[in-house]
Amino acid sequence: MELLTPGYGLIFWQIVVFLLLFFLLAKMAWKPILSSLKEREASIQNSLDSAERAKDEMAALKADNEKLLKEAREERDKILRDARDAANRLHDQAQTDAKKAADKMIEDAKSVIQTEKQAALRDVKAQVAMFSLEVAEKLIKKNLEKDKDQKDLVDRFINDLKIN
Amino acid sequence: MIALPLKNGLFRYLLILIFFVGFAVPSQASEAAEEGEEFNVSEVIMHHVLDDHIWHFFDGHYGTLYLPVIVYSQERGLEFFSSSNFYDEHHNVIEYNGYRLEHSHIYLGETEVLDLSITKNVAMLFLTAILVFWVMKSVANGYKRNQGQAPKGIQSFMEPIILFVKDEVIKPNAGPKADKYTPYLLTLFFFILFGNILGLLPGAANMTGNIAVTSVLALFTFLITNFSGNKGYWGHIFWTPGVPLPLRLIILPVEIIGIFTKPFALMIRLFAAITAGHIVVLSLLCMGFIFHSYMVGVGASIFVTLINLIELLVAGIQAYVFTLFSSLYIGMATEEHEHH
Repeated sequence: MELLTPGYGLIFWQIVVFLLLFFLLAKMAWKPILSSLKEREASIQNSLDSAERAKDEMAALKADNEKLLKEAREERDKILRDARDAANRLHDQAQTDAKKAADKMIEDAKSVIQTEKQAALRDVKAQVAMFSLEVAEKLIKKNLEKDKDQKDLVDRFINDLKIN
Repeated sequence: MIALPLKNGLFRYLLILIFFVGFAVPSQASEAAEEGEEFNVSEVIMHHVLDDHIWHFFDGHYGTLYLPVIVYSQERGLEFFSSSNFYDEHHNVIEYNGYRLEHSHIYLGETEVLDLSITKNVAMLFLTAILVFWVMKSVANGYKRNQGQAPKGIQSFMEPIILFVKDEVIKPNAGPKADKYTPYLLTLFFFILFGNILGLLPGAANMTGNIAVTSVLALFTFLITNFSGNKGYWGHIFWTPGVPLPLRLIILPVEIIGIFTKPFALMIRLFAAITAGHIVVLSLLCMGFIFHSYMVGVGASIFVTLINLIELLVAGIQAYVFTLFSSLYIGMATEEHEHH
């Protein structure tokens, strides 16, 4: 049957044309097409991967930031606390120092006053003794002009001595 | 998947198709009627389905393309002339230079010569190959031009088809070395697809429905399968593992026959599917002339439109199936067998 018997001519041309088509297409069409498709697949995959990586990096960065912030906050608190302590200490120190200095000044002043007082008293005593001696001399000179007075005085002294 | 993007152009295409097919067949019929012969349906159909040395589009002076004849014989050597030499002005077959054309076979004296003519199917083959090459080259140029960008134009139309064939047909079936065979299988797919669709055009030759064409395609798959067959493949054929010894002797001839039945099935499937489609379309169109009724002709034309839609689907399916089975055979020959 004609339909089922292949013609040699068509077989020949089919082999020639198909092989030619295959080699031409393989070299000039499939190679660039398939490599472009592969490239595109790779670039899509790369983009997805890098997006995922960027997301991870962002998360890590955020966590880092939070950590840093927390540390900074702690640091600030610590510095403030230290400063407050230092201020307090300085304040106390100043107070004690001032008190000490004042005390010392008072002490010094007191001792100076004491010394001055002693000296003054000594002077006063000497003066008083001098005055007393002069008064006494004058009195004695006046009172003992008479014998009797002298005698009374001696008596009085003796009396006084007796009392003592 | 192939018909969907065509949707807009499909109806336009079909209208043109009906228009031309509707004219081509009556012209044949009127020719037969004028000569007072009985309208021979099977002759008309076979004439359309089979190969020819001329390409007849419509009646009249310019309706026929006379294709070149190339013949080789031991007496005369290689000779080259136009097929118009075989016809007189009344379109009767005549003898030329000692060569005789009889039922599309050329004889020199009593012996048939080796006929390498550019017949209707060979011309169709050239057109198909040129079209496939041109389309795919444009697609490839698109990739070069729009490097790293979204596809454009014909590139974006063909890309889903290429990706479908590459990722859904070849990759899962053609085994571990699928990449190596992808260019062949893609060429196979697009050659058959374009051939099938072009064959549906009015006046076109039944190229992919010719057994010579399908046998060559099947032969390539056969050669590639068996030349790339690994130790496991041949081991399974000659000494099937995991089977008792007496059974192995029975399986051996079955397996050897199997090597040949696979490509044979490929050849017959494509040939039968496409030729059957053409015969169905032509038979339905001939109904109007058998019944001598316009009404039957109109009814048959509507039916033919639907059949043509199915044929468009078959064009895609047959290209898919041929590529799928070729991939499977290559995959079976190259896969790494686990030891039983």
